Amino acid sequence: MHFLKLILRNTLRHKLRTGLTVLGLVVAILAFGLLRTVVDAWYAGAEGASSTRLVTRNSISLVFPLPINYQERIRRISGVTGISHASWFGGVYVTEKNFFPQFAVDAKTYFELYPEYLISPGDMKAFRTDRKGCVIGRKLATTYGFKVGDTIPLRGTIYPGAWSFTVRAIYDGAEAGTDTSQFFFHWDYLNETMKKAAARRTDWVGVYVIQIADPDRAAEISTEVDAMFKNSLAETLTETEKAFQLGFVSMTEAIVVAIRIVSFVVIFIILAVMANTMAMTARERITEYATLKALGFGPRFLTGLIYGESLAISLAGALIGIALTFPVADQFSKEMGTLFPVFGVSLDTVYMQVAAAVAVGVVAAVLPAIRVARVPIVEGLRSIG
Amino acid sequence: MNPLPPAIIEIRHLTKSYRRGDQIVPVLTNISFDIRSGEFIALMGPSGSGKSTLLNLIAGIDKPDSGSLRVNGIDIATLSEGELADWRAANVGFIFQFYNLMPVLTAFENVELPLLLTRLPRNQRRERVELALAMVGLTDRVEHYPSELSGGQQQRVAIARAFITDPVLLVADEPTGDLDRTSADDILAMLARLNSEMGKTIIMVTHDPHAARSAHLIRHLDKGELDVTLEH
Repeated sequence: MHFLKLILRNTLRHKLRTGLTVLGLVVAILAFGLLRTVVDAWYAGAEGASSTRLVTRNSISLVFPLPINYQERIRRISGVTGISHASWFGGVYVTEKNFFPQFAVDAKTYFELYPEYLISPGDMKAFRTDRKGCVIGRKLATTYGFKVGDTIPLRGTIYPGAWSFTVRAIYDGAEAGTDTSQFFFHWDYLNETMKKAAARRTDWVGVYVIQIADPDRAAEISTEVDAMFKNSLAETLTETEKAFQLGFVSMTEAIVVAIRIVSFVVIFIILAVMANTMAMTARERITEYATLKALGFGPRFLTGLIYGESLAISLAGALIGIALTFPVADQFSKEMGTLFPVFGVSLDTVYMQVAAAVAVGVVAAVLPAIRVARVPIVEGLRSIG
Repeated sequence: MNPLPPAIIEIRHLTKSYRRGDQIVPVLTNISFDIRSGEFIALMGPSGSGKSTLLNLIAGIDKPDSGSLRVNGIDIATLSEGELADWRAANVGFIFQFYNLMPVLTAFENVELPLLLTRLPRNQRRERVELALAMVGLTDRVEHYPSELSGGQQQRVAIARAFITDPVLLVADEPTGDLDRTSADDILAMLARLNSEMGKTIIMVTHDPHAARSAHLIRHLDKGELDVTLEH
């Protein structure tokens, strides 16, 4: 009890210094948490991927499409329980700044492969029966204020022209990590429109999404799909949905690595600040520690006081920093719009924040604790006055 | 005539030097003398004479280069750091020139501090601390922090802290050095009472001849050697 009392009172002894150090820790822990959340958001697509879905794309590049007639051939492969397709549309809503992913999909099959997109049967029916209808995610609807029945105009880039869609359904995510920032519309509508505008660009799709019954057979089925189209006009590359998503992440790997490094640099800087605070504290109180030693208190008690004070400061900063991470991340997510489809502070991030704070508290106290444990009593007492 | 009390401290051929850069500076040279139980000794001498070093050695907060220093039959020069810490906690009460109280603890908590190293239960600790503070006349300052007390009052708290564990030996390094004459006289009277009424053996380092006159014996140190012994 006296031990804790001493730690607490020592911690509050220099209120300004402790306050500024805690403030520094708050900023560092908050920045660390926010940066880790950005990294998590980068991987959110891969994390949310299903192990029973494969993605088949053109083996040369994602830019090149695949013929629509591959669909039925793939469907016949043993172990395939469903197949659909999606094509990247790349339209612009008002300005380029308003980015959100848009896909032309097979309205009849696509959503059966994605049970995590929750749509009421009535809305689904409305979408399927309206050729110019679209389905949008809840986050997208919230960001731009879209409602069922609204018209969304898009300016085509890959598929030129002015396009217009009516919102027929808004889907929710089955889990917190489900991407609800997407926009889906009928591939049939796109294909028919292209027949009039550019006939040679019809009957092509971007990727096939394949549902398989047994995740253990993913590699085998992928090989079978790719072998089927070997030496054809459009050879395929089939991989798990997770690998497909990670392929996107790897394109921006340098940014993710930079963010990771910065997050640790932030912690290192606050560690230096904290170590300086603890060193000053121990130096100022060396006479008190020497007195305690003279009275018979051992090095364990004294180093315990230093570690306790250091941890009290770092954990106070961590507590406030973690509490602030949630509202700041929320605001950050709003500011970013649909750039990060899934942006939330995970429990793992909170654990890492706590671990970082504990590490800072412990490491910052090491040198002062060693000094106090080793300083001869006479030398410590001599530094008085 | 009463027989002389037994020697509680036996110092034999004690030598201590410090290293200053490449030089070795001798501080104490071949010191030998006894201190008897219940004695009140003043150690005097000019600055650098080695009196504080001798006090530190007797109190077990420094170690000699050679010689033996037996307190109650134990040669404390041979004890390890951990054993010395336990020995100090049980046998020595410290009174410093600048009081050396913990500024974040109240007078009560400062006096209670050495008792935390004992197995005394909380209620007994409280009783002892209240009694000690009453003995030094600070019953009404129990909850005051050192910064809220005068120098004399702080030194009285330090004295209460020094005798709270009932040690055999009290060591005082310039206990009146930072006090005005009235407060200094109070402190000296208190030490004299601890010696006469509680039988505490007291070793006090002082520059002040007036303070030294409170002791039974005055030992002078000069250039690391015991010089003259005055008895009164």
